[in-house]
Amino acid sequence: MSFYASFGTVLMLLAVTAPTALLFGFFGATAARSHIAPLRWFGKGYTAIVRGVPDIAFFLFFVIALDQAFEYVRHKTLCSDWTEPVRQGSDFVVCAAAKLPLSSSPQWVHEAYGFLLAVLTFSIVFGAFAANVLYGGMRAVPHAQLQTGEAYGMSRRQVFWRILMPQMWIYALPGLSNLWMILIKATPLLFLLGVEDIVYWARELGGSKSSAFSYPHPDWRIYYFLGLLVFYLAMTKISEIVFEKLMTKLSLGQATTGGGSAAGGAA
Amino acid sequence: MSCLETIQNYAFRSMGFGERLLPRSDFTLCDQFTLIGSGLIWNVYFGVIALGLGFFLAVAVATAKASKNPLLRKPAEWYIFIFRGSPLFIQFFFAYELFVLLPRLGTDINLGFVEITVETRWLTKAWLGALFVLFLNTGAYSAEIFYGALRSIPKGDVEAADAYGITGWPRFRKIIWPTMLRLAWPAYTNEAIFLFHATTLVFFSGFPSWQQRGDALYYASYFADKTFNPFVPYPILAFYFILLTLCVIGVYGAINKRLNKHLPENQAAKLKIKPQILR
Repeated sequence: MSFYASFGTVLMLLAVTAPTALLFGFFGATAARSHIAPLRWFGKGYTAIVRGVPDIAFFLFFVIALDQAFEYVRHKTLCSDWTEPVRQGSDFVVCAAAKLPLSSSPQWVHEAYGFLLAVLTFSIVFGAFAANVLYGGMRAVPHAQLQTGEAYGMSRRQVFWRILMPQMWIYALPGLSNLWMILIKATPLLFLLGVEDIVYWARELGGSKSSAFSYPHPDWRIYYFLGLLVFYLAMTKISEIVFEKLMTKLSLGQATTGGGSAAGGAA
Repeated sequence: MSCLETIQNYAFRSMGFGERLLPRSDFTLCDQFTLIGSGLIWNVYFGVIALGLGFFLAVAVATAKASKNPLLRKPAEWYIFIFRGSPLFIQFFFAYELFVLLPRLGTDINLGFVEITVETRWLTKAWLGALFVLFLNTGAYSAEIFYGALRSIPKGDVEAADAYGITGWPRFRKIIWPTMLRLAWPAYTNEAIFLFHATTLVFFSGFPSWQQRGDALYYASYFADKTFNPFVPYPILAFYFILLTLCVIGVYGAINKRLNKHLPENQAAKLKIKPQILR
């Protein structure tokens, strides 16, 4: 049963991560085109670093780093009278009250915390990709339209919210749909973050030496993985179709090649 | 132990030379730099060979997908769909299980064929099995890129060739092939970069690392596990990968320059580097 539930875990991760990553990406993109230099550097640096390094390294890095950061902050606030250093050789020691999750808390809290860390990590990494896509989308909006807005006496903020925002999505959509595909294909990496996802259960249930069955059975893992393969193929195919529909709908009435006729994408 | 000794002991550790035991405690910065760099040999090995062989597969599949004959086109379409539509991570797992099962199936069918059983045993090892998966994977992704380039070859070029009576193989060799490569090259550069990044997945999927000979990420996570401090090994890994990416960009940029040699300066396609697409 947990195997089937783990499909739910994956879908939930997708559902939670996609908007969060979009939010991160939005802030990243607006920061990258900000007029305040440090903010702009931050936005550009964020996208550049995340994109230049294998993301699996980021997944492994952020889970530990975020965990330690949370515990460190709690440690500083909760036990201020603690005098020993936090890093003792190869150990990371915080006081018992600062442990996250508390060692006394039930099992589901531990699992939820692991899931939360995974979502945050995914959002940070994919936020950088999304920032890049949205940045490209913002730059693709015809400049003359923004100037027209300013000529009518709109402030920078108004131009951003009323002219740039509604129009950038159509330019960003091909990139975003690509990103969604990548996100789908990245979900099996949850396994590396220690979440009990479908890969974990496929290995567990399929393995001949598993504890899930009381009777021995031959090695079924190949069939489980075949199932997963088909699951992911179906997911990508369905999203492809949905995005195509969305694209034709959004291109209506836009100043792109796809806008003139209802058929054909703007990509 | 001085840093020079560390380099002597561990520089080729990932290939099985030098000290057997990995350092267990008191990790110095030098230890980490040397071992992670040593693991990078594997990443380069996987990346270079998979790209080199995958290129030919990709061209073949791309032309098959562009052909009018459904017997050629359909398998090519399915192959590209399956390898591009599913996560590389799952592909690794699936391939490993498949390769493990193969000898059992193989011995049932043809007993006495020693060569086949030997070959399938090698497939369960990372150096061949993972390479095989990466080869098929990059073949599919680059085939899609080349297919796109094939479709965007200016129609006039091909028609001009027809008008001059150049058909068949000479037309492909002299007209279509160079233009296809030129158009596809910027995207293909990105693909090469993704592939190098994807090689880090090998030892985290089904393929076991034998005698702790792993790739760069394997050693980086080893240090992170042992020291419980991710802030040293992962930045080192990032540093190495940025260097590797720069090398790839350098090599592919040189090829791109050569492909665009005949064009006026402002028409030549600029390499736009957009690294990082996960598969």
